Amino acid sequence: MSRVLIRGGRVLDPSTNRDETADLLIEDGLVAAIGASLSSADAEVVDASGRWVAPGFVDVHVHLRAPGQEYKEDLASGGRAAVAGGYTALCCMANTEPVNDDPSVTQFILDRAEKESPARIFPIAAATRGLKGEVMTEMAALKDAGAVAFSDDGATIMDAAVMRHVLEYSTLVSAPVVVHAEDCGLRAGGVMNEGVMSTRLGLPGNPVESEEIHVARDIRLARLTGARLHIGHVSAGGSVELIRRAKEEGLAVTAEVTPHHLSLTDEATQNFDTNTKMAPPLRTQKDVDILRRALVEGVIDCIATDHAPHADYEKAVEFSAAPFGVIGLETAFAIASDLYRTGEITPLQLMERMSTAPARIFELVGGGFEVGQQADVVILDPDQKWSYDAADGFSKSRNSPWSGLELTGRIEATFVQGRLVYQAEKGVVTQ
Amino acid sequence: MIGQDLLGIEDLQRDQIELILETAETMQEIASRDVKKVPTLRGRTVVNLFFEPSTRTQTSFEIAGKRLAADVVNFSISSSSLSKSESLLDTAKTLDAMDPDVVIVRHRVAGVPRKIADILDAPVINAGDGAHEHPSQALLDMLTVYQEKGRIEGLSVAIVGDIAHSRVARSNIYGFTKLGAEVRIAGPPTLIPPGIEQLGVKSYVSLREALDGVDVVMALRIQNERLTGAFIPSVREYSAIYGIDRATLRFAKPDAIVMHPGPVNRGVELSHELTDDRPSVILDQVRNGVALRMALLYLIAGRTSSPGQESGS
Amino acid sequence: MANQSPRTQNSSDTPSGVNDPNALRGVETSPESHFRDLERVVLEDDRIRRSLMRISHEVLESNSDVESLYIVAIPNGGVPLGRLLVENIESLAQVRPGMGILDTTLYRDDLAIRGTRPRLRKTEMPSTVDDRIVILVEDVVNTGRTIRAAMDALMDFGRPRAVKVVALVDRGHRELPIKIDYVGKNIPTQSGETVVLHVDESPPEMDSGEPLLKVVVRSVGEASGTDEASSVLRRRE
Repeated sequence: MSRVLIRGGRVLDPSTNRDETADLLIEDGLVAAIGASLSSADAEVVDASGRWVAPGFVDVHVHLRAPGQEYKEDLASGGRAAVAGGYTALCCMANTEPVNDDPSVTQFILDRAEKESPARIFPIAAATRGLKGEVMTEMAALKDAGAVAFSDDGATIMDAAVMRHVLEYSTLVSAPVVVHAEDCGLRAGGVMNEGVMSTRLGLPGNPVESEEIHVARDIRLARLTGARLHIGHVSAGGSVELIRRAKEEGLAVTAEVTPHHLSLTDEATQNFDTNTKMAPPLRTQKDVDILRRALVEGVIDCIATDHAPHADYEKAVEFSAAPFGVIGLETAFAIASDLYRTGEITPLQLMERMSTAPARIFELVGGGFEVGQQADVVILDPDQKWSYDAADGFSKSRNSPWSGLELTGRIEATFVQGRLVYQAEKGVVTQ
Repeated sequence: MIGQDLLGIEDLQRDQIELILETAETMQEIASRDVKKVPTLRGRTVVNLFFEPSTRTQTSFEIAGKRLAADVVNFSISSSSLSKSESLLDTAKTLDAMDPDVVIVRHRVAGVPRKIADILDAPVINAGDGAHEHPSQALLDMLTVYQEKGRIEGLSVAIVGDIAHSRVARSNIYGFTKLGAEVRIAGPPTLIPPGIEQLGVKSYVSLREALDGVDVVMALRIQNERLTGAFIPSVREYSAIYGIDRATLRFAKPDAIVMHPGPVNRGVELSHELTDDRPSVILDQVRNGVALRMALLYLIAGRTSSPGQESGS
Repeated sequence: MANQSPRTQNSSDTPSGVNDPNALRGVETSPESHFRDLERVVLEDDRIRRSLMRISHEVLESNSDVESLYIVAIPNGGVPLGRLLVENIESLAQVRPGMGILDTTLYRDDLAIRGTRPRLRKTEMPSTVDDRIVILVEDVVNTGRTIRAAMDALMDFGRPRAVKVVALVDRGHRELPIKIDYVGKNIPTQSGETVVLHVDESPPEMDSGEPLLKVVVRSVGEASGTDEASSVLRRRE
C-alpha cells in the first residue's frame, strides 16, 4: 500500500468550504484522510507548510492538436504542460485533423492520453460534422465513446436553426454545448478589438458587439431548448450582463474566462506582437474590470485557458496572417492569482473557479477532496516569484504573451490519482 | 537618428520632425544643381523592400538614394505569390545577410516594418504599412505646408475621405498635431475609424463644416474596388458629398491650399481643375518627396557602432 | 536622435553657433558667458579687418580679372569674412565680385565613420563657377579636409578657371596636401585646442551696425554648441 502524507499545508477545498491548515493523506491514489497531525507511518511525507494544498485544476478549454498537428502540441506535451501548471484534468477541443466528430477519434484521443499524458484528458467532440455548422454529429455515440461536451468552438455555428437543433439534441445526452460566441459577419476581418487601439495601429477591428450578439442569441436558444449552454472565453464586458440575467432566469447557462482576458488589454498589441492575437481579442481595461468582478461574483463560473499552441514560424508572420491563440496552461495560476494578491478574490473562491466549478459543469471526477475519491492535488505558493520563459516550458509551442517575464504564484507539485507527476525542482516526473 | 528605425510619426518628437524638415529644405538645393548628386552615402546600400507595388514611393526613395550616391537595390516581392508562413521571416533574414545600410519597407499589412526591424541590424524606414503609418508621406506633406505657409503651428488642416483605411491620414494626424496645427477629419461615417478623436482631431460628417476656415485641405484617395458597396454606396454619391471643387473650397480660407497623396481619381476626390492648378500643390508634394527622403536617408542610413576619428578642416 | 552626446570640436570645421537662427545668414552668436574665462582672444576685431583688407589687396594684385572673381564662403565662419572681402574688393576695384555660400557637410570624408550626422547648412550658389576664379573663404584651416570637401563640391557646380583659398587663421596640422593662398595669421595651437571665429552681430561698441569679430582659442572640452543634427533645433520664424 502506497501512502503519501502532504503535511501542514493550507488545505483549500471549495467543495466542502474547507480552508484550514491540515494534513492530507493519500492511500493507493485515493484521498484517505484530512485532518490535524495525521500519522505518517510508512508514508512518503511532503512538507507543504506555508503552501496551498488544493484539488488539481480542471481546464475545460484547451487545444491539444492531436491527432494531426503534433508539431504544435500532442497529448504528452500538453499533458506535461498541464501538470506543470497545476492542472490534473483537461477537456480538449475537437478541431483536430481529423476533426473529433467520430467516436473513433474520441477513442483514439483517450487511448493516447492514457498512454502519454500525466494529466487526465476528456475530449470535447464536435457539435457538427467537420465543424462545418451544417450536420449534427452522433452525440450519443460520441458520449458513449467518452466525449464530455460538444462544441464547434472557433468555427462558430452561424446558422441559428442548426444551433437550435444542436442544443435541442444535446439534451438527449445531457452534455453541455460549448460556444465560441462571435458573429463572423460582424467580425469581418477583425484581428483585434475594435477601438482606439485598432485605429492607431491600422489593424481591422472586431467590435465587442460581435460577441454580445451571439451570447444573446445562444442564451435565447438555450431558453428555447432547455439545453446546457457553456459560453467559452467571455471577452466583452457586455456579455456579462446577458449571462447574469440568464442565470437569474434559471437557465442552464455557464461561462468561462481566460487568464489573458482577465489581465491584458488591446494595448498589449502596441508592438504588433502576434502573441497578443487571440480570438476573441483582448479588449479594454473596462472589459477586464467587468470580467474580473464577474468571476469573483460567480456570474462567470470558471477560468479556462483556451491553451492554443502554434509553432514559432506560424506566429512570426504579418499580424493579419498569424493564427489566433496563445498557450496558457503553465502560466494560468500565476496570471489568475493576481486576483488573490489584489484582494479581489479569496483563496477558496479562486480554487473553486479553477477546479471545483469546471469539474461540476462538465461532470468530471475531481474538484474536491472527498475521502475515498481519487486524489488529484496541487501544492502551490501563491506569492513566490519565478521567471517564465516559454522556450523552457513543457508545451511544444512558445506563443505566450508572458514569456520572458517574472511572474508571481508558482506550482510546487502536482499529484494525479495520488501519484506525484510534477515537482517544481524536478520538472515533470515521467511515468 | 542615425541607425534608428523610422516606423511611424507617432514615435517621433516634435524636434525630430523639425530636424527632418529642416534637413529636407537644405536638400532641395541639390535638385537645382547641374550635377544632382552628392557623395554622402557613397558605398552605402539602400534596399527598397516593397511587398506591395508602389511606383511613386519606390521611385522617390530610389532617386533620393541615388542623389546621395548610395547603391539602391529594389527588392519587389508580390506578397500574394508567397506562401503565408515563413516568407516574411525568411525574406528579412536573407536581406540581413546582404548587409544593407538601410531598408525601406512597404507592406499591405500593418506592423510588418516593425517585425522586419526586429530582425534586421540595419535601420528600417516604413514606406507605408497597411492602414497604420506612412511617415515619409506625412513628412513631405508637412514640408509642403511649411513652405507654402511659412509655419505649421496654428494652422487648420482638414483631411477628407477614407480615414479608416488611410495610413497617410494617421501619419499626418500625428505629425500636424505634434507641430501645433489643428487637424480635422471628414468623411462618410463608415470611413471614420472608432476612437479617432482620441488622437487629437475633431471629426466631421459635414464637409462644409470641416472646411470652414481651414488653411489646408487634404483629400485622400478613394479605393473604388474595396469600398464600393461595403462602405459607400457608389463613387458617384461619395463624390457628390465629399468631392472637393472650387465651390466647396470657398468654405476654406481664401488662400487655402489643396493636397492629395496621389494618385488622384480625377473628378472623384478632387475636381479636374483642382487636380492640376493652384491652389493645388500636388506636384510640390511629389517634388518635396525626393528631398524629404534624401533627408531621411542622410539622417538614418549608417551605423552607430564604428568609433570614427574626428577629422578637422 | 537625442541619443548622441555632443562631441567636442577640435577644428573650425564645425564652429559653434550653427544651431543659431542667424546661422543661415552666416553669423554666429556670442559664446555662452561661462566660456569667456576659458577663452584666449588671439585676434581682435580691428586686427581681423586689417588682415582682410591686406588679403583683399593681395587677391587683386594676383588676379587682375576682377570680373571673373567668385567669392565662395564656407559656412559658418567663412560667410561674414566673405562678405567683408566682397566689400573690400568693391571699394578697391569699383567692381563687386560675385559671392556664393557652399556647405561642405555632404562632402565630408568622415560621414561613413561618424556615429552622428552633422546639421546641414544652406548652400547658395547664385551663378555658375565655369571659367571663374573661385576664392574659397574659410575662417580657420587646420587639417585641410574641409577645403578638400569644398573643392569636390565646387566641381559639381562647374569647371572653375582657378581655385584659391583664403583663411583668416592657419593652425598648421595639415593632413592633406592643401595650400592656403592668402593667410590672415598663422596661429600655432595644440591639436587639443579649438579655434573659432566669433561674430557678435550688434555689439554696443560698434555704432556702424557692423558685426564685431574676434578669434578665440579654447581648450578642448569647453567647446560650446554642437553641430550634431541630434541636437534640439530652434525654429526659424
